[in-house]
Amino acid sequence: MGKLYDLLSRDYRFKEGLKTCINCGTCTAICPAAEFYKYDPRKILDTVQRKDEAEIEALLKSDTIWYCGECMSCVTRCPRGNAAGLVIMSLRNLSAQLGYFTCSEKGRQLWPLTKMLTGNILHTGYCVHPSTFNPDDHPESGPVSRWVIENKDEVFGRLGANYQGKGPGALRRIPQEDLDELQAIFDVTGGSERIAAVEDASRRKAAEMGMDFDEYTKYTFEHCSPGHFNNE
Amino acid sequence: MIYQGKQKIWADYQKEIPDNHWFYVRSCIRQNFFPASEKYFLTICRDMLGRDIYETEHHTTCAGIAYHCDTIPQETAMTVVARQFALMTEAGYDSLVTSCITSFGNYTEILETWREFPELEAKIREQLWKACRREFEKPKYLAHASDLMYKLRGEIAERAQYRLVSRATGEPLRVVEHIGCHYSKMFPHKGVGGAEYPCVLSGMAEAWGGQVIDYPERRHCCGYGFRQYHVKANRGYSLSNTHKKFESMEPFHPDLILTNCPGCPYFLDRWQYVIAEMEGKTYGQNGYGIPALTYEELAGLVLGVDPWDLGLQVHQVAIEPLLDKIGIDYDPARKYLGMNEKKIKTPGLPTTLKCC
Ligand code: SF4
Ligand code: SF4
Repeated sequence: MGKLYDLLSRDYRFKEGLKTCINCGTCTAICPAAEFYKYDPRKILDTVQRKDEAEIEALLKSDTIWYCGECMSCVTRCPRGNAAGLVIMSLRNLSAQLGYFTCSEKGRQLWPLTKMLTGNILHTGYCVHPSTFNPDDHPESGPVSRWVIENKDEVFGRLGANYQGKGPGALRRIPQEDLDELQAIFDVTGGSERIAAVEDASRRKAAEMGMDFDEYTKYTFEHCSPGHFNNE
Repeated sequence: MIYQGKQKIWADYQKEIPDNHWFYVRSCIRQNFFPASEKYFLTICRDMLGRDIYETEHHTTCAGIAYHCDTIPQETAMTVVARQFALMTEAGYDSLVTSCITSFGNYTEILETWREFPELEAKIREQLWKACRREFEKPKYLAHASDLMYKLRGEIAERAQYRLVSRATGEPLRVVEHIGCHYSKMFPHKGVGGAEYPCVLSGMAEAWGGQVIDYPERRHCCGYGFRQYHVKANRGYSLSNTHKKFESMEPFHPDLILTNCPGCPYFLDRWQYVIAEMEGKTYGQNGYGIPALTYEELAGLVLGVDPWDLGLQVHQVAIEPLLDKIGIDYDPARKYLGMNEKKIKTPGLPTTLKCC
């Protein structure tokens, strides 16, 4: 068995997600990502089960594995009990671990995501938090969200939240002792190591692309090149 | 025999939901975008219907969004969830109810993975002990908050001040629903009605007087897609999927969309605003959108709670046409007040989507 396939096989999502694919294409037929992007989960499962190391490496370095929305619609329908979405998660995990994600545009988006989400979790205890929700990054959220964010204390108070308050309730300030526990969990389970690895690889890529790191973070968050979509 | 066989098959689609004593964990998205829904979940279950729902300030995110955006390893996500189980155990509960479908899917996936691979559960127990000095029992029952509201739908109907019926015609309102992918697509036997006949929302809508309308893309994803929404460059994915759902439900003239997931009511609301602004198209009557509600918002309206206490002012699609249809009283002047009736600046208005 090749090295990459071997690494994938250790991932529990891979163990659960890939039994034997009969290449029927049912997953692709139901997949919302396949309708939108140049994406075909059937092909991914087939590539992986062929155990061709060079092809698996190409996949780990491609945009392809980053097109999935992890909706798991494919899981309900696969006649062989595979879970394409879980196999994708294991491929992404390995791509992140090996630094291959920086080889593709959609893969490079892993850095702004990591910065935003793990930053929120470790600093606030929430994945998403009003203190870091910038309406300018979310024009789709509309004038009403801008109003909420510009009047946080009043509006959240009006809606019965306990914004930044003590004790239970929505949007309460999560006590520091609990944030310390989250940090300890990240340290013990490889979460912190992963954040550092993704940051290091991204910094190297930013230098290679001739960008300073803030510029790279913004660019990877916002830029979309032509060629990803089915209707192009 | 045939009848018994059918009963047996249907039993696979049922879910045991204990009646009382739940440990409650919140949703990151809902706290940010629909905090009043969580408040009214507790108000309805505890204060109106007398159930024991316990919440501790020490619980945190389940890290589900970070997990599904592939930013943390599986073991990190599992250990964060193991800590929530430890808080539940320490508080003396064995049933966990979560306000979030992503969490519900995450917890379910973790428990199922541990069932299949006990050595992984053992490793997570060790890691949790090392990081937090905590131990846990696994929940005996795991529910999504809507499961509980579904269970209580009859008691809510008994106390209803309004029914989901048009005041003008006496006809039931036309309700379309959106279940949310992670509720039952991955583990169908964990949701009420499974993946084929999910009735958690339709059961509520019908119990409160509405008529549930089927539409072709009823089970299609709302398009959240985790990284496909959170990264600005990818958001067209999210919009396109929701657009597909709107186009599919439009010919059936729904009066409202009832949603299950934390993200779904946000997307089904805000993408109507975006489509109106970009293309001039609106899906409701007379230039309005179709209101997309959480199940607590709908339960609250039926129970006669003031719409502005329920947070219906933080939707971008105006709720007033629906309130008028049912005949619910509201004071337009109080819509955008702050705390203690304080007057604050009101929000800007969209240019195309009609708002009140
Ligand atoms: S539905 Fe299942 S068997 Fe068919 S192509 Fe997809 S993964 Fe393979
Ligand atoms: S999980 Fe991914 S591959 Fe499966 S249906 Fe959803 S988007 Fe497609």
